Amino acid sequence: MTLQEQFIAFKTIVIKEVYRFSRIWVQTIIPPVITISLYFIIFGKLIGSQIGDMNGFRYMDYIVPGLIMMAVITNSYANVVSSFYGCKFHHHIEEMMVSPIPNHLIVLGFISGGIARGMAVGIAVTAVSLLFTSLSFHNLAVIISTVIMTSALFALAGLINAVFAKSFDDISIIPTFVLTPLTYLGGVFYSISMLPEFWQRVSHINPILYMVNAFRYGFLGVSDINIGLSYIIIIGFIVALYSYAIYLLRVGHGIRR
Amino acid sequence: MANALSIKNLKKTYANGFQALKGISLEVGDGDFYALLGPNGAGKSTTIGIICSLVTKTSGKVHIFGEDIDQDFSGAKRMLGLVPQEFNFNVFEPVEEILVNQAGYFGIERKTAFERAEQYLKQLGLWEKRRAQARDLSGGMKRRLMIARALVHRPRLLILDEPTAGVDIEIRRSMWRFLQELNQTGTTIILTTHYLEEAESLCRHIGIIDEGELIESTSMKQLLSQLQMETFVLDLKSPLREAPRLARDGCLRLLDEHTLEADITRDCSINFLFDELSRHGIEVLSMRNKTNRLEQLFVHMVESNDASGAEK
Repeated sequence: MTLQEQFIAFKTIVIKEVYRFSRIWVQTIIPPVITISLYFIIFGKLIGSQIGDMNGFRYMDYIVPGLIMMAVITNSYANVVSSFYGCKFHHHIEEMMVSPIPNHLIVLGFISGGIARGMAVGIAVTAVSLLFTSLSFHNLAVIISTVIMTSALFALAGLINAVFAKSFDDISIIPTFVLTPLTYLGGVFYSISMLPEFWQRVSHINPILYMVNAFRYGFLGVSDINIGLSYIIIIGFIVALYSYAIYLLRVGHGIRR
Repeated sequence: MANALSIKNLKKTYANGFQALKGISLEVGDGDFYALLGPNGAGKSTTIGIICSLVTKTSGKVHIFGEDIDQDFSGAKRMLGLVPQEFNFNVFEPVEEILVNQAGYFGIERKTAFERAEQYLKQLGLWEKRRAQARDLSGGMKRRLMIARALVHRPRLLILDEPTAGVDIEIRRSMWRFLQELNQTGTTIILTTHYLEEAESLCRHIGIIDEGELIESTSMKQLLSQLQMETFVLDLKSPLREAPRLARDGCLRLLDEHTLEADITRDCSINFLFDELSRHGIEVLSMRNKTNRLEQLFVHMVESNDASGAEK
């Protein structure tokens, strides 16, 4: 395929993916906004007012970046895992397999769809957070780059999950038993400096800690983790998961008999 | 000029150890209308799956218009259109969008894609349904949608895996006409079907697969010439109680009191048959060839292959 043809093919997947989640926005955009709004009300307003400051910030201000990131992570993952598994389940992944689209464009197309939904939900949640607090932006470039890279990373993870999934149950196991606990333990609601030293070290194994802290740094200018290290970890995971996703498509795991 | 399809020693063993293809070699010429027949589980869909990269081959070579699918993956796929056996489109998508997206996957501009979608949807009688979700189409419409989708990038080789399964006779015949016209414009067509009448009336060459092996690949004419007997169905003017015996070269069977079936050897003239009927005072209103000639051969070949397999 020429570069122009490749661009058209890539654009086709992206438009299709964005159209898919926009068409059912009541199921894809509204629920996370409602869930995160409840977090704002319960943890930020009601309980947060009793907690006091954290790292020199009001508790509500401290948790807002983490909650936005939580919504971005779960939605970029959910978008790709459900879309790609749906394609597999209904066999219309074959429409792409019989076409000359290279595997890297299929992966990039689905990731872009995941990023788009992550960003759409992230923007909606950010807008709602303005009802509860006033946001400050310490470093906009860090905010934007972190949110794009993180949603790309979890979109990739969602795609890999979908490749291995054999039933609809398999696409909910990872979000329930891995993603949610890691997000809750990734410093969304607290600073890891509050933990005993042993648990601080354990927390460093959790990749979501690096994303939440880099994102929080973009808003508040404070982080439990070195920002450079956060970028290295995120980029490292993206490269590893992307390479693995390409490998899986090349060998046709789960999609080719 | 390169053949439309060239398969050399193609083998496929599935993970559970089942050997679906045992070394198939096959050539389909440019512009041909080729029937790939075989009983259920013979290996037809596996062969098609490998050609279209839906199934990973164990070994062997596949060339599409001279392009090796292992070397020039993109170039080979560009020339290939597939109408699979099972519906494999997004049932929630509108009909027109399914075609436009498929064209997009082949790098075709959206404007051109819409023009081609209109052309094929009109040709296949689906234009009125272009805004409908695919799940709302009837079975016959869904089959035609898959044909339109397979054509939207204008492939030189179209593979149809049982395209008329479950389709009523009227739509089936309109699909035959469409495929014949398509073939006349130069598109090579490979067809698998369980309707042997369909293969006999459409295809010029035929390949028969059984138990993962190609047991026959020849021209339809040559294959049908292997028939030793020709069967005719005769509609009688007056009722008949018992079928008379022919003096030689064949036999007569009474299907009902107004229908007689005549088997005569191929070197025997039809005049002889009519002389015999006249001798018995039988008047014939009309006569037609029995259309299951290919079926007789097919059943005979598959049974012979099974018997030789059992001996081994």
